Amino acid sequence: MTVQTKPNKVIVCEGNEAAARGVALARPDVVSVYPITPQSSLVEALSQMIADGELDAELINAEGEHSVLSSLQGACLAGARTYTATSAQGLAFMFEPYIRAPGLRLPMVLGIVTRDVLSPQCVWGGHQDAMLVRECGWIQMYCETVQEILDTNIMAYKVAEHPEVMLPVNVCHDGNYLSFGIARCELPEQGLVDDFLGPKSINWHVALDPERPMAVDPLTGGSNNPGPAMFVRYRMGQTESMGRALRVISEVHTDWGKRTGRHHAPLIEEYRMEGAQVALVTIGSMTGAAKDAVDAARDSGQAVGLVKVKTYRPFPAQAMTKALANVKAVGVVDRSVSFAWNGGPVYQDTLTALALAGQRLPIQSMIGGLAGADITQEHFERAIARVFGLAKGEGSTETHWMNEKD
Amino acid sequence: MTEIRIHGRGGQGTVLASSVLAQALVEEGKYVVAVPSFGFERRGAPVAAFLRVSDREIRAMTNIYHPDIILCIDPTVGRTVDIFAGMGPGGTLVQSTKAELDAVKLGPNVAKVGLCDAVTIALKIFNKPITNSVMLGAFAKTTGMVKLDSLKAALETTEFRDAGLKQNMDAIAQGYEGTIVHTVGGHA
Repeated sequence: MTVQTKPNKVIVCEGNEAAARGVALARPDVVSVYPITPQSSLVEALSQMIADGELDAELINAEGEHSVLSSLQGACLAGARTYTATSAQGLAFMFEPYIRAPGLRLPMVLGIVTRDVLSPQCVWGGHQDAMLVRECGWIQMYCETVQEILDTNIMAYKVAEHPEVMLPVNVCHDGNYLSFGIARCELPEQGLVDDFLGPKSINWHVALDPERPMAVDPLTGGSNNPGPAMFVRYRMGQTESMGRALRVISEVHTDWGKRTGRHHAPLIEEYRMEGAQVALVTIGSMTGAAKDAVDAARDSGQAVGLVKVKTYRPFPAQAMTKALANVKAVGVVDRSVSFAWNGGPVYQDTLTALALAGQRLPIQSMIGGLAGADITQEHFERAIARVFGLAKGEGSTETHWMNEKD
Repeated sequence: MTEIRIHGRGGQGTVLASSVLAQALVEEGKYVVAVPSFGFERRGAPVAAFLRVSDREIRAMTNIYHPDIILCIDPTVGRTVDIFAGMGPGGTLVQSTKAELDAVKLGPNVAKVGLCDAVTIALKIFNKPITNSVMLGAFAKTTGMVKLDSLKAALETTEFRDAGLKQNMDAIAQGYEGTIVHTVGGHA
């Protein structure tokens, strides 16, 4: 699949292969896999690298996703750097160990190749799977390009293993458009990645160490000792670390940018926001077409900008409200649904952040790209027109379904 | 920016062709993004792949609705799919067919046509009507967008399920040789 075309190692590959190559450069000790659409070619690529001796890691072909993540938790507790990836129903079957990892403070990296969840039957891209687990305590970063997938998978280990974070990380990339989308991609040198990541950082607080035998994951809560206070301290520690993760993610992206020349926005990316009267908020691979639509609108004199969410958990509320401080209306485009609010999850977070900052302005949830639906430049041009309408007090802020008639 | 839509049927290697073409174009210093259409890949069912080529970075990861070039690697898929949908004036068609130009279905905006009897060539080389590599040669001849050497370099790193590297190299070369290019409509 891959051709190295230049001395600086330019490859052409799909997003799933880019993820596999990024992970391999991070040298995981244990990789545990179970295939599912659209993740399969990712774990096939990793399995092939291990079979070929290109990646020196233990491969566990588990009987299902619950065992995949459970086996990796054991490996992580024993001090291994681990990796797996999944999608949709696979993530659902993984849920029990998934929800346990953040409280155990395991610095794991788990790729979510995003896909809409059943029912109705659908194997195509949407963010519903990753969004359904947004409150579980994992850090979540969403990629826009094939290159960003490769780079973010490497950076994810540095974030997860940072002593001030020690939390598991989801690197999310869009099923279909990114998983199978092929693009030019720069492959960093192994030495550069080794130097960037430094020695593997193990969470010794929970490590299974024969020299220091200890109980891991103690029983907390209840009316007797140790009582709920211990549980509360664990929870507070998790949320404090999530807060610190925002700074660490920024530092790690800056470091990576200096070493590679590839500066990905760590929390949010502000695109043509200078002097913008209205803004779109986007997440994931849709952003490319949205930027093209913003350029076209700017060319015709319309002052519109765009804010892309890279880090979704923890939510970069301050960065978001600062970016939207001077606009008169916002349209937030989600690739998934919040059933509680009849809108999108990113919309909900943006709304909350703006409300906390005391910024009152018309904001509309726009839901697109479900079930692999294409969100084209034309869709975004119509979205921009809609948001300009809101700024003038025209139109409703009720949720808009972008692909309702596609 | 040039937008290319590849049409074929499941089992012919349509998506693989888009990958090889993408690699070859990157080899020549271009920026390329290729996105396959999504469906269950049943043998014989119509499939498509979308390829954008530019001298600058490409951001849109979307399907293609207004192709400049249509590469159709199957002789009959045009009967069930409107392969010309959305094509603007001055378009190029690269078509796998045994037929002469006057018997080939052309969209209203096609200005340049490359015809290649890819099935006959593929049967000779592979004993199977797998036309993807042959039609990449036809694409190179018709459009002049990519060199044969770049396609061959891309093939060298590609894994094929149904044939070896040498056969695919031959297929590209014979596809190139066997393609006749016509100008029609006069505004190419």
